[in-house]
Amino acid sequence: MTITLNQLSKTYEESAQPVLKEVSVQINDGEFFVIVGPSGCGKSTLLRMIAGLTSISDGKLTINGKLANQVPPKDRALSMVFQSYALFPFMTVAENVGFGLKSRKLPSSEINHRVDDALAMVNLSDLRDRKPKELSGGQRQRVALARAIASEAKICLMDEPLSNLDAQLRAKMRIELKQLQRNLGLTVIYVTHDQVEAMTMADRVMVLNDQRVQQIDTPINLYQRPNNAFVAQFFGTPQINLLKANVAERELVIDSALHLPMTKTQINNSKVLVGIRPADVRIQIGSRGANARVATVSYLGNQSVITAVLNDSQTIRIVADSQLQIAADDLIKIIGVEDFHIFDINSQKLIGSQKGDVSDARVAATEF
Amino acid sequence: MLESLPQNSNLQDPDVQSALVQITTSARWRKDSLYVTLFLGPSLLLLSVFVFWPMIKTLYLSLFLTDNLGHASVFVGLSNYVNLFKDPAYLSSLGATLLYVIAVSVLTIVLGMLLAVAAQQHLQGIRFFRTIFSSTMGISVSVAAIFWLFAFNPSVGVFAQISQVLHLPEINWLADPHFALLAVIITTVWMNLGFTFLILFGALQQLPSSLFEAAKIAGVNKTTQFFKISLPLISPTLFFVLVVTLIDAFKSFGLIDLMTVGGPNNATNLLVYRVYQDAFLNGNYGLASTESVILTVIIAIITLLQFKLLGKRVNY
Repeated sequence: MTITLNQLSKTYEESAQPVLKEVSVQINDGEFFVIVGPSGCGKSTLLRMIAGLTSISDGKLTINGKLANQVPPKDRALSMVFQSYALFPFMTVAENVGFGLKSRKLPSSEINHRVDDALAMVNLSDLRDRKPKELSGGQRQRVALARAIASEAKICLMDEPLSNLDAQLRAKMRIELKQLQRNLGLTVIYVTHDQVEAMTMADRVMVLNDQRVQQIDTPINLYQRPNNAFVAQFFGTPQINLLKANVAERELVIDSALHLPMTKTQINNSKVLVGIRPADVRIQIGSRGANARVATVSYLGNQSVITAVLNDSQTIRIVADSQLQIAADDLIKIIGVEDFHIFDINSQKLIGSQKGDVSDARVAATEF
Repeated sequence: MLESLPQNSNLQDPDVQSALVQITTSARWRKDSLYVTLFLGPSLLLLSVFVFWPMIKTLYLSLFLTDNLGHASVFVGLSNYVNLFKDPAYLSSLGATLLYVIAVSVLTIVLGMLLAVAAQQHLQGIRFFRTIFSSTMGISVSVAAIFWLFAFNPSVGVFAQISQVLHLPEINWLADPHFALLAVIITTVWMNLGFTFLILFGALQQLPSSLFEAAKIAGVNKTTQFFKISLPLISPTLFFVLVVTLIDAFKSFGLIDLMTVGGPNNATNLLVYRVYQDAFLNGNYGLASTESVILTVIIAIITLLQFKLLGKRVNY
């Protein structure tokens, strides 16, 4: 089951402002495809357009080679899992799972068989006669999943299905969902605002922001080769540093404290944004030749996140070994940067990336 | 309390302990009963004067023959009750009342539900209709009565005009014993609709949309969605509306008094109106009290039955 979106747009009748602009992508059979973005970016709207719950203003939606713009939801051969689970409170677990099947007029033996299988798959066979209100959040989530499984639709749409669960359960369900998807060979389109969910579960991710597609790529590529500053900032914890830099001959100068030599990239702009992952910054403690002052230190167990202020008051986040004896107001010296990305300061688009250690980074000492 | 105990008494002694418990509990009880009296007092007083005392007095009077001033004169035991159930006029009143109550309740809920479902549709100008549908809530009984008196008028009324245009036989709605009750039923249902519509519409609007979206994707059609999802979910509201409408219908008085005065030929002489007639027009307070007691018992039994039979099927 492939799904093709061709220049899909959505404008609500009441407003002139579109909520989605020209979204195009082909989602492949058996793919775990994640749509991610901040709230209000239109990701749920896009999912509802694929489901047929929201009309399409412009563009073409093709499901398995057939134009589906006007096809009613029930004939799109898909199932959907809602954030609120959408369980019927007065029905038992088994009735909830079998509800849709009854209205498809399947024989009752077939319905029972499917319900049993689906409940077994999500480990809920023992709770089949309970009402939803007697279940925990995680169990309700499983009932919603079982309902999707029992429909035997090959496409499953999920709208933030894990966001009502606590952190530990969410981590567990992420793994279970992914296994389920692979075992059943489902094509999953999964909406979330959580970058960790996107990174851990997706085969490919679509990043939406400002009503537009920012990038569609594998999690690795999104992290290593972001199209623009927004994507770079969206993935990775702690967030990537985006620092303003002046372009000099063969080097980028950040706050006259940090000089990054450029090996390949030719740049016409005089100012750029440099993106440096906090884990790619290497530091030394000590006032000799120092170029930054520590503002905060957050201890995270195996590592610490340090924020430090460069001399023209730009702040840089650094991931350091938690064994490092460091406190606020200490002076540090940034001695090297591993990879960095260069973005246009106005359009925020990627100009170039530089791989490899630049440990010979010439570092200017700063007077504090 | 503790100060009154001898200084050297052993507090571990079980006798002393139980004495202490008694002292403290009785003190707390005294303090609590003060609060209970303060909080319940005003409403108990009001209820006693306006509800409990009249209730007891009615029960008492129903066992007596009374004089013109309503004073009990001769004790007759249950013979008031026995006589009533032998009186064909009273039995026909009882029948008319049951017919009226059932018709009003069923029509009010079915029509209210239809209007509520209609008002849920996303159509142009639906807000205007929502206001109109609920507008009878703000209309007083007297205004409604006058409005419908005009509508049922055999010479200038809307119904007369329509039957004239369609060449249907002329019906003198309020003067014809066959149609008078129907006319009163139509008016009552019309009066009830505003409230019922508003409550049912509110209940429908509160249902989470994701349930219906899930049903839509599963291929459940609109009719099944209504009967299998909406109805069970609003069943508590439906039950509430049914109880209120039923009790209200039993107590109907104003419309009857203004439209038919119990006539023609007692066709619309419902139980409450008969109580009024017997007490305040015929001066037979004993009999009227008996009728009141019977009406109260009927309402109590039906309400209890509703809770027994329907209460179990309601999803809270």
